[in-house]
Amino acid sequence: MTRIDARFAHLKANGRKAFVAYIMAGDPDFATSLELVRGLPGAGVDVIELGLPFTDPMADGPAIQLAGQRALDAGMTLRKTLDLAAAFRKTDDSTPIVLMGYYNPIHSRGVDRFLVEAKAAGIDGLIVVDLPPEEDDELCLPARRTGLSFIRLATPTTDAKRLPRVLQNTSGFVYYVSITGITGAAEARPAEVAPEVARIGAATDLPVVVGFGVNTPEQSEAIAGVADGVVVGSAIVRRVGEGRPVAEVLEFVRSLAEGAHRVGG
Amino acid sequence: MVCIPGLCVRVRRTRCSRNRETPMNDIPNSFTTGPDENGRFGKFGGRFVSETLMPLILDLEAEYEKAKSDKGFWAEMEHLWTHYVGRPSPLYFAERLTARLGGARIYLKRDELNHTGAHKINNVLGQIILARRMGKTRIIAETGAGQHGVATATVCAKFGLKCVVYMGAHDVERQAPNVFRMKLLGAEVVPVTSGRGTLKDAMNDALRDWVTNVRDTFYCIGTVAGPHPYPAMVRDFQSIIGREARAQMQEAEGRLPDTLIAAIGGGSNAMGLFFPFLDEPSVAIIGVEAGGKGVNAKMEHCASLTGGRPGVLHGNRTYLLQDEDGQILEGFSISAGLDYPGIGPEHSWLHETGRAEYVAVTDDEALAAFRFCCEQEGIIPALEPAHALAHVMKIAPELPGDHIICMNMCGRGDKDIFTVARALGLEMGEGG
Repeated sequence: MTRIDARFAHLKANGRKAFVAYIMAGDPDFATSLELVRGLPGAGVDVIELGLPFTDPMADGPAIQLAGQRALDAGMTLRKTLDLAAAFRKTDDSTPIVLMGYYNPIHSRGVDRFLVEAKAAGIDGLIVVDLPPEEDDELCLPARRTGLSFIRLATPTTDAKRLPRVLQNTSGFVYYVSITGITGAAEARPAEVAPEVARIGAATDLPVVVGFGVNTPEQSEAIAGVADGVVVGSAIVRRVGEGRPVAEVLEFVRSLAEGAHRVGG
Repeated sequence: MVCIPGLCVRVRRTRCSRNRETPMNDIPNSFTTGPDENGRFGKFGGRFVSETLMPLILDLEAEYEKAKSDKGFWAEMEHLWTHYVGRPSPLYFAERLTARLGGARIYLKRDELNHTGAHKINNVLGQIILARRMGKTRIIAETGAGQHGVATATVCAKFGLKCVVYMGAHDVERQAPNVFRMKLLGAEVVPVTSGRGTLKDAMNDALRDWVTNVRDTFYCIGTVAGPHPYPAMVRDFQSIIGREARAQMQEAEGRLPDTLIAAIGGGSNAMGLFFPFLDEPSVAIIGVEAGGKGVNAKMEHCASLTGGRPGVLHGNRTYLLQDEDGQILEGFSISAGLDYPGIGPEHSWLHETGRAEYVAVTDDEALAAFRFCCEQEGIIPALEPAHALAHVMKIAPELPGDHIICMNMCGRGDKDIFTVARALGLEMGEGG
């Protein structure tokens, strides 16, 4: 059983929702972001989404784009992102790490080489925003053969006809994008998200986790109430960008996690 | 292997100097059947977009396929091309250029005489008619030099559609006349400061807008790049250039040209000229990229094919300027219209198959060609086709007098006079 599957099975057995935190690898520098990642499980984070910096993050809002720029300016690369994951794995062998980013840095490194290195670094899953099911041969299928989960985004524009195709090669969990838009922009509305999550949940056995547009502990609780888990990214990296100390960022993460964990727990 | 007469020499030469991955025996029987059902030209192209956009792109593809075989659609295009754009554009024998260079006969395809001053409107009309068929009410576009933005704002004004144009903040500054034109035409111009504030960032922000406003918005892409079906669709709309040139050359010279030359940023004017000639083995095809300060290790250029390698950006796999880590680099060119780190995927494929040759010319060479054209032909070219002309000036003197070159004069230079004055250290006004 993969770390992702084990974690969700454990949460389910305890009637708990998953709290997923996104941070950008190398933001504002390697050492600080490693300290932050190491603090996430203690702050209540069930799954870590590790952002892979990219110059042209088309699906992201300003908060994550700026985080990526800070990381790149500090010398972050794909290789160092994997080094960061590997350093985390030395002290934590159970918290799943999902690498989230865009295809070009992976394409540039070479898919086969990247998969071997990612697996060795202790990465459990991939979310690659610009690889829809139509491009499954590129990375999704090779990743699954390597034993890495490929987590697909489903969106408000994914209609009933398309949903089976989106779910077909997905593993780990399904990431429902709560809004049509970019990360950190509009606010996710639980009343609109609930029927969509139910629709996706009826078509798959995988957990459905909701992200984009979740910024506060209250929203975290409200969205976790209608899904199997909730993701927060922009609100966290915004605080990193403001230069807040690691302890303060982790305190904020804890408040978000507690929001999600209040549901049904 | 299919050996194309007249092509093999060039193929061999370019293969030696570049890093190629496609073996020679992949040269197809026809160069005009692409893309395949997955939007691929060989390994290039594709649909590398987020899931939110995927259903829209599939919709667009279906609508375009319907329109393509609809006589009514093309009748509307023909009517507007004739009465609104002013097509056909002339094929002009550049007598003095020919005499001064003392070699090949030089013809200019005068697409700078189109309404709005460039080839861009050929494509915009097609996309906007399609948008109206799809019931979209809001049009967004990215623009570099501002020519595509102006063309989009123009056609939106004509049809009463809301128009939002994303433009890098740096370009807003250096292309002020076009910004003002867009505003006069009723468009909202959004200066893009995210990233480095250039054309690629404008495209990122246009994609962000599209993903946010999926229901009512149509993204009118200005070049032969982006996710399938854009590269094929824009090429088809721009192919009017090559179809006209072919017929006009028959009339003028009773035969096909020997060499086609066009400037390449994303590559839409070039694709439009080249496409109807791709299966004519006697016609040599040359695309001219922006060499900026020179294609060197410092990457102060925009020559994706000459100085880049394959990658994935903005929905397609193509040659890109990128660093070792796959991070996208900023291009550099005096021409805002060529200042893009990628190139249309079909060009990448023509490059790797060897069907077309791609070269780079520097800012200084383009500026010299700009002045030469003004003085010899009374035509102020845009800086983009000035790059193509610079290459014509390099090769024409070496060619025999019966060799025919057809170059696409894809835009006029009114928008560039301030840039040129600055670059040449000339005073505007006061004579001199």
